[in-house]
Amino acid sequence: MSSILIKGGRVIDPANKIDKTANVFTLNGKIKSVGAQSPKADKVIDAKGLIVAPGLIDMHVHLREPGKEEEETIASGSAAAVNGGFTSVACMPNTEPAVDSEASAEFVYLQAKRTGKANIYPIGAITKGRKGVELSEMGQLVRGGAVTIISHCEDKDLVPDGVMNDGFISAVLGLRGMPNVAEEVMVYRDIALCELTGGKLHIAHITTRGAVELVRQAKKKGINVTAEVTPHHLLLTDESVKTSSFDPNYKMNPPLRTKQDIEALAKGLKDGTIDAIASDHAPHSPEEKDVEFNIAPFGIIGMETLLPLVLTELVNKKVITLAQAIAKLTVNPARILGLDKGTLTVGADADITLIDLSKEWVINPDEFKSKSRNCPFRDWKVKGKAVKVIVGGQVVN
Amino acid sequence: MANNNTVKWSRKHLLGLEDLSAQEITTILDTADGFKEVSTRTVKKVPALQGKVVVNMFIEPSTRTKTSFSLAAKRLSADIVDFSASTSALTKGESLKDTARNIEAMGVDIVVIRHTTPGAPHLLSRTINASIINAGDGAHEHPTQGLLDIFTIREMKGRIKGLKVALLGDITHSRVARSNIWGLTNLGAEVYVVGPSTLIPTQLKQLGVKISYNLDEIIPQMDVINILRIQMERQKAGLFPSIREYARLFGINAERLKKAKKDILIMHPGPVNRGIEITPEVADGARSVILKQVTNGLAVRMAVLYLVAGVSADK
Repeated sequence: MSSILIKGGRVIDPANKIDKTANVFTLNGKIKSVGAQSPKADKVIDAKGLIVAPGLIDMHVHLREPGKEEEETIASGSAAAVNGGFTSVACMPNTEPAVDSEASAEFVYLQAKRTGKANIYPIGAITKGRKGVELSEMGQLVRGGAVTIISHCEDKDLVPDGVMNDGFISAVLGLRGMPNVAEEVMVYRDIALCELTGGKLHIAHITTRGAVELVRQAKKKGINVTAEVTPHHLLLTDESVKTSSFDPNYKMNPPLRTKQDIEALAKGLKDGTIDAIASDHAPHSPEEKDVEFNIAPFGIIGMETLLPLVLTELVNKKVITLAQAIAKLTVNPARILGLDKGTLTVGADADITLIDLSKEWVINPDEFKSKSRNCPFRDWKVKGKAVKVIVGGQVVN
Repeated sequence: MANNNTVKWSRKHLLGLEDLSAQEITTILDTADGFKEVSTRTVKKVPALQGKVVVNMFIEPSTRTKTSFSLAAKRLSADIVDFSASTSALTKGESLKDTARNIEAMGVDIVVIRHTTPGAPHLLSRTINASIINAGDGAHEHPTQGLLDIFTIREMKGRIKGLKVALLGDITHSRVARSNIWGLTNLGAEVYVVGPSTLIPTQLKQLGVKISYNLDEIIPQMDVINILRIQMERQKAGLFPSIREYARLFGINAERLKKAKKDILIMHPGPVNRGIEITPEVADGARSVILKQVTNGLAVRMAVLYLVAGVSADK
């Protein structure tokens, strides 16, 4: 079998509270040692000047296979993941057909295996065909590889035909609004249900100041609730819809909110109310996305921009520390998903991401591994990039 | 009424009044003043746009605006072609961008577009090289309607600055309201929006607009009331209780008009729901300038076609 020695990097492993220069040695797909020792290895990687982190985990992506392979496949999504520094991703079940059975979860799992890049974890649909009528066979689903159930909080009755945040900008543009409360009433409902049942709740892509406060209070009460946020909700506001003259690359669900919401999200990220950062990677073909704003689908791609944006806009601007950022991209999502990953603990899977904090570059979606190009961050200048990605002891990118 | 503020026109497109400076708006109005005279001649035609091709691309039905643009183009001696399609036909098959590219490939200089989606004209302006004129995009803007309303007010009152203008009715769904707000506030009018609270986005306050839910309270101070069409389906959607109640609270009738200034202007962009937002006696009465608006619309659209054509010819 094979071994790798990653020499002289700054090892940051939040789960073990490690932040020091050390060598990481992997053997047969597992972490064998982290420290000063320098065992003989088949392959030696000089990590001087680089961050050595547990493999990053994107807990919210859409890979479109099966059903819309022209937008993304498990293979292209997997390549995009490792190109963005992710060793594991959890993909959502809104495919055609939906991932709602052992067989469909098994399909995703096997396709990922064939690709041999990132680990892919299918998230199961709660109901058969995502119709909200009959429960999926969850026991079977978990055996097939699906791992958890997550809530997209949106009261559909409060956002009829909504295409952007409800506020001043929507009023000026004459576009239908989606108010903050549509998210907040559902966050409140789900928290209340979670408290009632004693279950486990994860709020996907939280976006409003009210929702952040609800999660903060719920956590204080000891309710088992966690939350994730996306880079675009942290960095962009609904004003982008106007300044871009209705570019559908600023149309997402939940919608881009306001400056006050961004400030609350940043605060929640800092104080731990928000546990994880995820991309909500949502590929769409140009013929589908580059159309009139009302009929364009929601969502943008994000796996290949998440890390540089977090480093440039959050870490370098001192919104959160580097260790916090890595925790929210490794051990925290792993715990939420129930995965034994996200650490460099001896014996753990050898999933490792090497990051160059000093690399300056300009985002150009045309160079992405993803099949889609719907990205609002084109031409953004960023600093920081994943330069080497190891999955299960194999260098994959 | 030529104004010294007239500037050289440099915009290839007319997408909305929000983008325009006060000087640019004045330039259009002054140009329209000149064209108004053409309609009074026996030969109602000037050769200004001879050899130019204008396409009326109406993805949402319209009678008045489309006819007005057609006549305006014809009076400028341009060739005008109508292209109509329902949105559904486009979404099922060819995209808006492809349709526009195809039309452009036939050698078109100006595309006049009406569409149900805000921003559709902006999408076209990014896609093709022709000049784009927004003839109404969803609830966003209807710049030529805003311009003809402002033109009519200026013609009747001799100024815009300092006038109190009420926009009455369904503001939420009205592109006419938005274009009026941008243009009028820019030229120094005091704009009021009046109607049921369910049909007024309160955020418009940030544009310096005053909001009122009580027509009788504000009517004595107004110099102009621009009445917006109330759409019956809004009542069915639960936005106001009944047509009867709406007419009683927000309808303009002779009784209500007694409280207004003697020289108030009553405007309506049409089509009019007689007996609902306005009674026939007022619509056809002495204070009504509804048909003047239609006449002026022609001159304003001639001005807009003429100005944008001049820019695309330069480039």
